[in-house]
Amino acid sequence: MRKITLSQAVNEALAEEMRRDPTVFIIGEDVAEAGTPFKVLSGLVEEFGTQRVVDTPIAEPGFMGIAVGAAMTGTRPVVDLMFGDFLFLVMDQLCNQAAKTHYMSGGKLNVPLVLRTNMGATRRSAAQHSQSLHALVAHVPGLKIAMPSSAYEAKGLMKTAIRDNNPVVIFEDKLMYNDKAGVPEEEYLIPFGQANVLQEGVDITLIGTSSMVQVCQAAAEVLAKEGISAEVIDPRTIVPLDEETLLKSAKKTSRVIIVDEGHQSYGVTGEIASRINEKAFYHLDAPVLRLGAMDVPVPFSPALEDITVPTPERVADQARRLVRGELIHAA
Amino acid sequence: MSAAKKTHNTEDFLQMYRQMARIRTFEDNANQLYLSAKMPGLTHMYSGEEAVAVGICEALRMTDKITSTHRGHGHCVAKGADFKEMFCELLGKEEGYCRGKGGSMHIADQSNGNLGANAIVGGSMGIATGSAFTAKMLGKDDVTVCFFGDGATAQGLMYEVMNMAALWSLPVIYACENNGYSEYTRTEEIAAGSILGRAQAFGIEAHQVDGQDVLAVNALTEKLVDRCRKGEGPFFMELMTYRYHGHHVGDINREYYRSKQEERDWKENRDPIIRFRSWLVAEGIATEAELDSLNADIRADASAAVEYALQAKYPDVSEVDMHVYAA
Ligand SMILES: Cc1ncc(C[n+]2csc(CCOP(=O)(O)OP(=O)(O)O)c2C)c(N)n1
Ligand SMILES: [Mg+2]
Repeated sequence: MRKITLSQAVNEALAEEMRRDPTVFIIGEDVAEAGTPFKVLSGLVEEFGTQRVVDTPIAEPGFMGIAVGAAMTGTRPVVDLMFGDFLFLVMDQLCNQAAKTHYMSGGKLNVPLVLRTNMGATRRSAAQHSQSLHALVAHVPGLKIAMPSSAYEAKGLMKTAIRDNNPVVIFEDKLMYNDKAGVPEEEYLIPFGQANVLQEGVDITLIGTSSMVQVCQAAAEVLAKEGISAEVIDPRTIVPLDEETLLKSAKKTSRVIIVDEGHQSYGVTGEIASRINEKAFYHLDAPVLRLGAMDVPVPFSPALEDITVPTPERVADQARRLVRGELIHAA
Repeated sequence: MSAAKKTHNTEDFLQMYRQMARIRTFEDNANQLYLSAKMPGLTHMYSGEEAVAVGICEALRMTDKITSTHRGHGHCVAKGADFKEMFCELLGKEEGYCRGKGGSMHIADQSNGNLGANAIVGGSMGIATGSAFTAKMLGKDDVTVCFFGDGATAQGLMYEVMNMAALWSLPVIYACENNGYSEYTRTEEIAAGSILGRAQAFGIEAHQVDGQDVLAVNALTEKLVDRCRKGEGPFFMELMTYRYHGHHVGDINREYYRSKQEERDWKENRDPIIRFRSWLVAEGIATEAELDSLNADIRADASAAVEYALQAKYPDVSEVDMHVYAA
């Protein structure tokens, strides 16, 4: 199978959907000629023109609002939010408007829009350009949240997102734009709410989102050499969440670590851990562990930034201790 | 060059020159650090816009406040910062102004009234207006200058706070650094109507000024600052200027949005430092030799600071969760 970058995969997904459906359009800052600062959209304006690849002023709440209204009246906008950190600017339009319109209208109005944005620290971009804010929007009923972990995932999830009749927020990890993966030439979609079991194992389950899937895989590799068999699962979408697959694995291995790059407190790791505790309690041999980003604004200094995010070493270390039964009375 | 104010003496003029030269030298060194992969991350260069920051900050007192932007090194130097702490910050070292936690996009010498550089475009407009609110409420005569780019005029926050600043006569000066571009897009493509007109719509007195002419910027700012202190604010300035580098140091191939010819024209014919230098010499305020030696001192100062910062310590890892909450 050919290999392409995550960036190319997103670009292909958008191009294919724009060819298929003339109501799909892209709106955001420097999306046209510049193709975004990460160059993810390069070439799209040449094919689809500036009517469908729309450059905006630096007015996030404004173009987000325009997208909501456009989505309610017969188009399918893909909003490009340059950095996930700018979610804080669009919160009203996304969470009070887009997320609730279908419900508040008694199901009469739809808001089929995609907000594509990014996440991920360690790019030395400091506290306002490094956040992973997916938990924040996952808290709001009415929004679906996809977190691709590779080029393959990014393409399939983007195509599904565009066809979904709800507002969907897709978080791409900005450090993975150049990572390559096998992506078939033929069309495929990845359904929402279907976790992907990347590797089967019997001793422990490692659940990772986005780039943390790679972190879990790397940890699993280390653990395998020590005779610990880890199962690695990527939920793909945190809303909807494929509880069934996660619970099945938890029941099988009896030990679970959830790894996610959002802040650990009040986040995705806590939510998944809690569901496993509630629904697989009698099958567990150890407390479900969370590994998120530290609860600090992302620091600029490399010396500090690197220790704020989960690493394969830390995942493997925690896994070992769980398997050895050391953390049964963990504080 | 516009006519100089009589109250200025030789030292004031030399200080303006020195500060502009210091900004340019700082940026040249920062760019070098990026190119030699010694600086973590990216940075936005202020080169070309020096007369804006210096003309304005030389009209301010140490206790007056400014808010800065992602392109903030110039504001930081102009408001009185030292090279050593600045380079340390750029490299994420413990002795940086923000203890390495902020980096280029948040660099600020807080003790000189710099309330921070902001990586959210337009993000400081509320802060600046709030700072002016404090001055009024506490009966101080501090003035706050809010620096922002032409691109930031697209942010709704600006209109909310200008409305309140005008309603409440707050001592704030909105300083729009119009360098013709908002990232990779020309200003005309992102700004409808007139930028000055937007401030005027709130009844705010607004001026356009040549941002490459440090004396013109300084003279206008002095007047407005004086009037702010008397309760006649707010004011709005649009400073016409130009950034020499790309949007950030990594923006190298940029001919698709900006021609080399245009860049050359600004650098060769409208450079704020070259223009001011010729004026100083023509007016007999300084000789070429004196200015050369001043430049040499600044370069030596910068090299020493860079060397120091390269050797300086990173913050201890225990600092990572320090300063999340104030005591
Ligand atoms: C809210 C927000 N949107 C987008 C960006 C990305 N961005 C950083 S600088 C910039 C352009 C700013 O242009 P301008 O205000 O004219 O300042 P200049 O860079 O020209 O100094 C953009 C879009 C950002 N940092 N914050
Ligand atoms: Mg600009």
